[in-house]
Amino acid sequence: MLKLETRPSPSRAMSLASPLLALAITVVIGTVLFVLLGKDPLRGLEVFFVEPVKSVYALTELAVKATPLILIGLGLALCFRSNVWNIGAEGQFIVGAIFASGVAMQADASTGRWIVVVVIVAGAVGGMAWAGIVAFLRDRFNANEILVSLMLVYVADQLLGYLVYGPWKDPAGYNFPQTITFLKATQIPKLFTGYRVNIGLLLALAAVGAFWLLLFRTYAGFQLQVGGLAPAAARYAGFSSRKALWLALLLSGGMAGLAGGLEVAGPLGQLTPHVPAGYGFAAIIVAFVGRLHPVGVVFSAILMSMFYIGGELAQSRLGLPKSLTGVFQGLLLFTLLACDTLIVYRLRWKPAHAAKPTPVLKPKEGV
Amino acid sequence: MDAFALLIAATLNAGTVLAFAALGLLINERAGIVNLGAEGMMLVAAVAGYATAVHSGNDWLALAAGAAAGALMAAAFGLLVIWLNTNQYASGLALSLFGAGFSAFVGLPYTQEKLGERASYRIPGLADIPLVGPALFRQHPMVYAAIALTIALAWFLYRSRAGLVLRAVGESPESAHALGYSVRRIRLAAVMVGGALCGISGAYISVVYTPFWVEGMVAGKGWIALALTTFATWRPARVLLGAYLFGGVTMLQFQLQGEGVQIPSQFLTMMPYLATILVLVLISRNPNFIRVNMPASIGKPFFPGS
Repeated sequence: MLKLETRPSPSRAMSLASPLLALAITVVIGTVLFVLLGKDPLRGLEVFFVEPVKSVYALTELAVKATPLILIGLGLALCFRSNVWNIGAEGQFIVGAIFASGVAMQADASTGRWIVVVVIVAGAVGGMAWAGIVAFLRDRFNANEILVSLMLVYVADQLLGYLVYGPWKDPAGYNFPQTITFLKATQIPKLFTGYRVNIGLLLALAAVGAFWLLLFRTYAGFQLQVGGLAPAAARYAGFSSRKALWLALLLSGGMAGLAGGLEVAGPLGQLTPHVPAGYGFAAIIVAFVGRLHPVGVVFSAILMSMFYIGGELAQSRLGLPKSLTGVFQGLLLFTLLACDTLIVYRLRWKPAHAAKPTPVLKPKEGV
Repeated sequence: MDAFALLIAATLNAGTVLAFAALGLLINERAGIVNLGAEGMMLVAAVAGYATAVHSGNDWLALAAGAAAGALMAAAFGLLVIWLNTNQYASGLALSLFGAGFSAFVGLPYTQEKLGERASYRIPGLADIPLVGPALFRQHPMVYAAIALTIALAWFLYRSRAGLVLRAVGESPESAHALGYSVRRIRLAAVMVGGALCGISGAYISVVYTPFWVEGMVAGKGWIALALTTFATWRPARVLLGAYLFGGVTMLQFQLQGEGVQIPSQFLTMMPYLATILVLVLISRNPNFIRVNMPASIGKPFFPGS
């Protein structure tokens, strides 16, 4: 029978091969799914993997969706490396969008382009504030950050609903739950005319560099990682776990909020109940598939963005539900975690009756 | 007074949803496994149950289908965390994300479907007592089943040998292993039973409690159930009480909305989530208190012979 055997040291190669293996398995399962649904599997794969990169326009749309995923994914990668489980990025994204909208709505005809900077900063501050609640409750009251950050997603969603159905509703909007369309001055500058992709992409790429430096070239980043890998060692070295908690949550919250701000003042141009598009949750997958590494996050964000666009195309071209995106995203993370086992262990074929290799304890259990 | 009786009845009903899921998660956690996939399992079970109810017209079959769906998803999770030693938090999250997508995908045709007339239940005699009858004795049988399950689980954990083994596995898998118990199989069994109970909870939502199917309808109840196990310091009776407490908070929100209280509905909808945070804060503020009560191996992988 197949047995798992601990490798002498974790395999670096496998750590990079694992996401590809997981993607391959997900594609195989996807192909089977298309056949079961009576759709041409080749057409299905084309919609997910070819069409999103087929033209310049398609590529820019890919970048539009990858931008928030990179931003949030970077923050979460840092968080997970520090063993802080912020899974409420979606809520921090929403509050970032709310803060940014609050600023954008103040603009009038005489407002200069400088307001864009304030809009972006407001977004980041909003996300930080929302994640700050999680940090405070964890730090002060030891409340589980997984559950608190997730509960705050629902709270943020309701807060958004309250604003767009209530005080922020556009009086001239035919009673639709949405704010006014933000004035031109508040629009995030686009990179090229005719395409939706904006300077958010440049911010995201700059953030990749900044996070790489922070994680791998600064003392603070080193402290974070030690705290995540070996809390006892970090304590012994005198690294403050409280500082790490606050830093990880404020940074990841700020990034999610920034993404939210860029989204409302960029492609969307107004605040609506449809602002939360699941980027905060998809970014969890982005972070893991990207190996919690800033550069890896870029690649996995592009992949996840293909899933988003593929899902939309599958709906319009093949008549399949858009939620296919979620199925594939979930599958990818699930298979990735399974494949990651091969980083630390290797598979060995062992006849069931062969001598047991590890004479530690009573080796009673079979695998 | 009648309104009050109905509020009590609705509270017990809402609490039942949380009780099944939280008792299931309690069994998981007593064996040392945290399954953050509760929300995903409940969503898939809600679809499975609803589809079964639509096609068969039988609610009991629907609940069974929900249990099977939950157990199946839990088994996939269990194989990953128990045999492949994957991170429990990440794997549970994967299950929740997958469940959210998969249920929306599979459930799309069922958003249009309607269930037939819902059966009403009453315990003969008792149901006619004024006030008490409508409050307590006109419930779906699953409401009483939740109470029975709580008692059975308390007996199992504290009075039976198998329960002792389960707790031993959760407190110290190494010792249980050294005594010759198959830690992995026991953990898998616990995870699957927990998944089945989450599944029953999910199917109860879509078939009895609401009853309809719409994407994301579990609306965080799986996560609230996870918080309940901590709140209850991993004791069955407290889980049930906590579930009723949260059921009450959920119902209070509808009650206030119905009475036309001048609070925007969104703030009322926030209440169960804010209450969860509040409760977590209150129960967790003393780390030692949690440490003493928490199963010691919770969240930690166990790899025999390493």
